[in-house]
Amino acid sequence: MKRATPMDKIFTRRAVLLGAGQAALLALLGGRLAWLQVVEGPRYKTLADENRIDLQILPPARGEIVDITGAPLAKGERAFALLATPEEAHDLEGILRRLQRVINLPDEAIETALRRAGRGPGFIPVEVKEHLTWPEVAAVSVRLPDLPGLSVETRHIRRYPLGPAAAHPLGYVGAVSRKDLQAPEARPILSVPGFKIGKAGLERALEDALRGKAGAAEVEINARGRRVRELSRRPPALGATVRLTLHAGLQSAVAGHLARERSASAVVLDIPTGAVRALVSHPAYDPNAFVRGLSAEEWEGLLSDPGLPLTDKAVGGLYPPASTFKMVTALAALEAGTMAAPTQVLCPGHFDYGGHRFHCWNHGGHGSLDVVGALTQSCDTFFYQVGLDTGIDAIAAMARRLGLGASPSLGLPEEKAGLVPDKAWKAARRRDKVWHGGETVIAAIGQGYLQATPLQLAVMTARLASGSRVRPFLVESVGARAAPRSAPEPLGLDAGHLALVKTGMRAVMTGPLGTGRASAAPAGAGWQIAGKTGTAQVRRITQAQRDAGIKNEDLVWARRHHALFVGYAPVAAPRYACCVVVEHGISGGRTAAPLARDILADAMRL
Amino acid sequence: MHPSALYSRAAPTWREKLAEVNWGLILLISCLASAGFAALTAAAGGSVDPWAGRQAARFAVFLPAMVAVALIPLRVWYALAWPAYFGTFALLVAVEVMGHIGMGAQRWINLGFVQVQPSELMKVALVLALARYFHGAPGEAVRSPVFLLPPIAAIAAPMALVLVQPDLGTAAVLGLAGAAVLFLAGAPLWLFGGGLVALAAAVPVAWHCLHDYQRARVLTFLNPSADPLGAGYHITQSKIAIGSGGLWGKGFGEGTQARLHFLPEQQTDFIFALWAEEWGFAGGAGLLALVGLIVVYGLWAALSCRAGFARLLALGLTVNFALYVFINTGMVMGLLPVVGVPFPLMSYGGTSMLAVMGGFGLVMSAYVHRAGRL
Repeated sequence: MKRATPMDKIFTRRAVLLGAGQAALLALLGGRLAWLQVVEGPRYKTLADENRIDLQILPPARGEIVDITGAPLAKGERAFALLATPEEAHDLEGILRRLQRVINLPDEAIETALRRAGRGPGFIPVEVKEHLTWPEVAAVSVRLPDLPGLSVETRHIRRYPLGPAAAHPLGYVGAVSRKDLQAPEARPILSVPGFKIGKAGLERALEDALRGKAGAAEVEINARGRRVRELSRRPPALGATVRLTLHAGLQSAVAGHLARERSASAVVLDIPTGAVRALVSHPAYDPNAFVRGLSAEEWEGLLSDPGLPLTDKAVGGLYPPASTFKMVTALAALEAGTMAAPTQVLCPGHFDYGGHRFHCWNHGGHGSLDVVGALTQSCDTFFYQVGLDTGIDAIAAMARRLGLGASPSLGLPEEKAGLVPDKAWKAARRRDKVWHGGETVIAAIGQGYLQATPLQLAVMTARLASGSRVRPFLVESVGARAAPRSAPEPLGLDAGHLALVKTGMRAVMTGPLGTGRASAAPAGAGWQIAGKTGTAQVRRITQAQRDAGIKNEDLVWARRHHALFVGYAPVAAPRYACCVVVEHGISGGRTAAPLARDILADAMRL
Repeated sequence: MHPSALYSRAAPTWREKLAEVNWGLILLISCLASAGFAALTAAAGGSVDPWAGRQAARFAVFLPAMVAVALIPLRVWYALAWPAYFGTFALLVAVEVMGHIGMGAQRWINLGFVQVQPSELMKVALVLALARYFHGAPGEAVRSPVFLLPPIAAIAAPMALVLVQPDLGTAAVLGLAGAAVLFLAGAPLWLFGGGLVALAAAVPVAWHCLHDYQRARVLTFLNPSADPLGAGYHITQSKIAIGSGGLWGKGFGEGTQARLHFLPEQQTDFIFALWAEEWGFAGGAGLLALVGLIVVYGLWAALSCRAGFARLLALGLTVNFALYVFINTGMVMGLLPVVGVPFPLMSYGGTSMLAVMGGFGLVMSAYVHRAGRL
């Protein structure tokens, strides 16, 4: 056996010290246990046993969401739920079977109720049916003496008067999920049966303000959990009323217009303030159905619909801005001095660059055009040339100045930031880092990497119309607190340049060759629309198809072009900016522009 | 047979080794686990489903595994120390990158057939690695700051990862268990003084970095009555449960706090409160005594070992086990903030049981091979 080294001695000494420390801690814990259980025991026993004070949580009423005029968009409505207390019912199944003869109660509902009853303590009521109709309430109420253990409870349920029309910005409330309950910020209120929380849209984003504060009732209950009497009550605090900038009437009207198409979205902005007056994505779902609870088929139907009813395309749909981007290219060129009002470009119907032929949509060519003419007829060749002369970085900078490439931050969970490519962006990519001139050519007409949401395009239009940095917002006030706003500051663009672009946008609608002339403001309206059409390629047109003369209309729906339109009215004093995107709508001028005209006409009547 | 006889021949037989395994410790562990089964049954309202049955099945699998760990030569564990540490560390990083969200914090990783919580495994792997590092280190080395830097980094790195998960409790166990091994290895006392000072200095910074819910828990701990319906709810209900148990408890399945679901997380972090409510001070103190006996055994096992690795491992893991108990019971009795540390062997959870029983397997391996030099 070797002799103990100094290190051995240190180890032994410290091991004993550590052991003593642990013994001391155990003694401390034992002492604490004795204090709680033996010394304080009687006090805690009182709390827990004989006269247990139960803090019962009183759920708050959820705040309303109203439109700018105060009309309700989401409100609480009284509903009736049928509850059963198992230990009072004795033969719960028999009673529920008898109930089946009185009200509509599926067998599954009985099974669910019995399962719930078997799981919990007998004195806690379980839900039998959530939404009773008035006749059902009446039918059950008169028979209650013969149905022991049953009771009808009044609850508040969420109603969305606009239904699908405002589904996306509002979202919906739903039952608390397991995941919500396990979140670190979860509060005891979430475990109250039937409590609903925001699951999507503003209902989710503004959950904290809308929910309010739970109240509490101190209730004396006996050891079996039965209620003896109420001792004190702290009433719940109602959730804040949220006032939106949306106009319910306009929102519904826009949704009605968009229903003409299979899949579309539209945004209406109030230009002087940036207030969002309408924000519609079609098709939509009915949020009231979510509150009621969806059947599996309904849910499957929503998931498989190619129009993506669950997605808010107005703020979350990304599209190439296509020809609606030509104002950006024009302004970038004017500001950079690479193009001026008299600059003319000859359009032979195509543009050759880098050994590649870029086609103008008008294969016959537009002849010689200036910027106003090019905007009016949406000549691609003009912008290919001007874009190439100006360079991608100047174009990208102008796009950002006009609100593209960054999230508009309305506060909706689904908002996307879009993409404005430039050389730095491409250099940061993993492969294919070099920016090619051909990419500038297609970016100049809003194709290629460019992506924007309808909301962003509406903001761009509002900024062009006003020359100011219009920032969109959707929430006017939360409770008494109005969101702080400042008047939008000027963009600092040359007034002459802006006027030139706006002249082009006006000629789109009123000029004899304008691509949107069929959708000018109704005659005698006393106001005019300025705008721009756009048609975004969903997939490349092959030369073979071009040669074969295949028209876009002949393709299957999902391969047709997207139709876009941006515009504002009145021309003289811009008030409303609008963007309409019709997915696979073939042509901006033919599909999107008429919708925008109808929408702007509705807005002008507000 | 004298233990040195084990090494008089080339290799002792398995039968000889099996006789050396300390069956007393296994009995103590089984008692603790059985108390857990009873408490889990009560937590499910008298049903073995969903917790007690599964917990018992796991125990039945881990028990022979623990004995197997004890029989494997200590030098194998010595050789595996660093791979185990870095492997677990990689898992911890993986949790950060792709971890599933469990209980609001990223702690779990799904290996397909089983979900593991790498931070639990790290508690064992860290002690293993530190014992390996300090094995045979002479006094001069242990007093040199340069020599002390790697083990401090080995403690700090997983602690930082666990902290961002965020899991305050596990980070505390890692830090304290690591410090205990450093202390036992003979690290100079100024290191611990300095550590305390650094900790005190870091408190304001750490406060700033805490999640809101963690801050709420600390504030609640300081003043539980401030928000009895919110963050203070758990601890108030836990204290009522324990206190109302009195001297002899309310009896099996009779805990009203637990039965009426006043007690939060009663199958995991608050299982001690359920136990103390149903079995009273007698049961609670008995449980603490059981823990005390296990700690005494660990200390005795460590002191009988010859090799530095063996004794550091045995005592480090024992301290680790005790820390779980101290922090968990301190938490449910309102002595510490609620940080989410399970009660070893009683709280429902597979990885925690795996780590604790694996740890005891290593303690026994150290004891079985106590006469060897590695």
